[in-house]
Amino acid sequence: MRKVPNNRAWWLVLPVFILVAFSALIPLMTVVNYSVQDIFGPNAAYFVGTDWFREVLRNESLQASLGRQVVFSAAVLLIEIPLGIGIALLMPTGGKRASLCLILLAIPLLIPWNVVGTIWQIFGRGDIGLFGRFLNEIGINYNYTADPVDAWFTVLLMDVWHWTPLVALLCYSGLRAIPQAFYQAAEIDRASRWAVFRYIQLPRLKSVLVIAVLLRFMDSFMIYTEPFVLTGGGPGSSTTFLSQTLTTMAVGQFDIGRAAAFSLVYFLIVLLVSWLFFTAITYPDRDK
Amino acid sequence: MTHSKRRGFGITFYILLLLLPIYWLLNMSFKTNQEILSSLTLWPQNFTFHNYAVIFTDPSWYDGYINSMIYVSINVVITLLVSLPAAYAFSRYKFVGDKHLFFWLLSNRMAPPAVFLLPFFQLYSSIGLFDTHIAVALAHCLFNVPLAVWILEGFISGVPREYDEMAYIDGYSFPRFFIKIFIPMIRSGIGVSAFFAFMFSWVELLLARTLTSVDAQPIGAIMTRTVGASGIDWGVLAAAGVLTIIPGLLVVWFVRNHVATGFALGRV
Repeated sequence: MRKVPNNRAWWLVLPVFILVAFSALIPLMTVVNYSVQDIFGPNAAYFVGTDWFREVLRNESLQASLGRQVVFSAAVLLIEIPLGIGIALLMPTGGKRASLCLILLAIPLLIPWNVVGTIWQIFGRGDIGLFGRFLNEIGINYNYTADPVDAWFTVLLMDVWHWTPLVALLCYSGLRAIPQAFYQAAEIDRASRWAVFRYIQLPRLKSVLVIAVLLRFMDSFMIYTEPFVLTGGGPGSSTTFLSQTLTTMAVGQFDIGRAAAFSLVYFLIVLLVSWLFFTAITYPDRDK
Repeated sequence: MTHSKRRGFGITFYILLLLLPIYWLLNMSFKTNQEILSSLTLWPQNFTFHNYAVIFTDPSWYDGYINSMIYVSINVVITLLVSLPAAYAFSRYKFVGDKHLFFWLLSNRMAPPAVFLLPFFQLYSSIGLFDTHIAVALAHCLFNVPLAVWILEGFISGVPREYDEMAYIDGYSFPRFFIKIFIPMIRSGIGVSAFFAFMFSWVELLLARTLTSVDAQPIGAIMTRTVGASGIDWGVLAAAGVLTIIPGLLVVWFVRNHVATGFALGRV
């Protein structure tokens, strides 16, 4: 859209600026402040420079947590994005049945995250849960509270259950925006089902896929409540992800300096990877 | 089997799988604890409303729902009020630092809430807002405002600026034009932003729990009470969970016709 230069537009943006400055800038500066000091009490803080950062980057339990987080987010993206596209392709194209599908798909997205954890905590239990009991009955030894592999499987399954609908709904709306003429042209050319998908549908899904990949990456990288309720990060620390490590450090152990330095590194990783994804996906359009 | 029948079968199968865990929660919420623990039944044998009665008769339970509703509503109102003018400005005007500001806003959506836990606690405690609904509502603006600005900017850019110019020629002042003409034109965009603001504020617990203790405690924090000395009260836990799903269902019902474009954030 053609935009008019007008610096008075700042007045329209001012409320947002003040609000976000209050709820983001002040807390962020507090974190920066903590990250370069060693604080023993209200009047006993010492400037320590980059010591906390160096320590955080060398800390082995943090590195392990980061490793788990990266594997988790990668698995989430690799499963949810193709599955979401597939489901969007299966959905009815219009009418009452499409509305019903949309509403049913949206349900997991509207459940509070702790309840999502609770639902799977119950569902996966070997004694009172349908899923856990079923697996045990057919002879699979499954116990997500004791076995790290089962715990990982359950956390992943829970996330796929929880968030694939978001990808599907995004892709569905992208598919609906493709003009019918494109499909008619493909039919005249006798394009195969795969060719229609590869050369018509997929390119048209690009803008929604950017949103889907970014949202799924950011949110899976920040995941806290669901695994906390489901497994509590265990068994051992096998499902402890970055947010939980950070929360334990800041609130549990009150280790403020280290937690602050860790927070900043964490935030920078999310920003950097989001930027990389965004640039990588939109790079071919750069010249347009 | 024809192609479209296969499709219908596939999507029905997926939705059934999707609903299975929710069915199990619903099923459990109508059972007695004794039945839950003694045998696995696919349907409640001794159908009971006891678990729901526990929640609806105890203020310390149902206050949690009221608290959550209050801060979510405040958040949706604040989010829309500040985001609308800003989204209009980003869509229509070029101004000093506009691109930087836009990306700075979006970067806040990428901030892990865990990062802001401690500073938020201290900030709201120091200005006396700790354990109030407004504190949680403001904290949730951190991720809701950037998203709302982004969604609304997409919808507003879909309205040709000739409408704006025509209104000026007809002698409308800016506020009058904005409220009388412009807002009705982008009402589906507003509905969708409100839906997303509701959704992300309703499902968030980490910040909401940290910023409250008694008076504004969200239902998610109260649910942990079902873990008592005698074990977990599964029936009440399940009933409380079922009740948290209902507000979301109502909201999605209202926006059902816009939900498809809405999920693409007005950018298809």
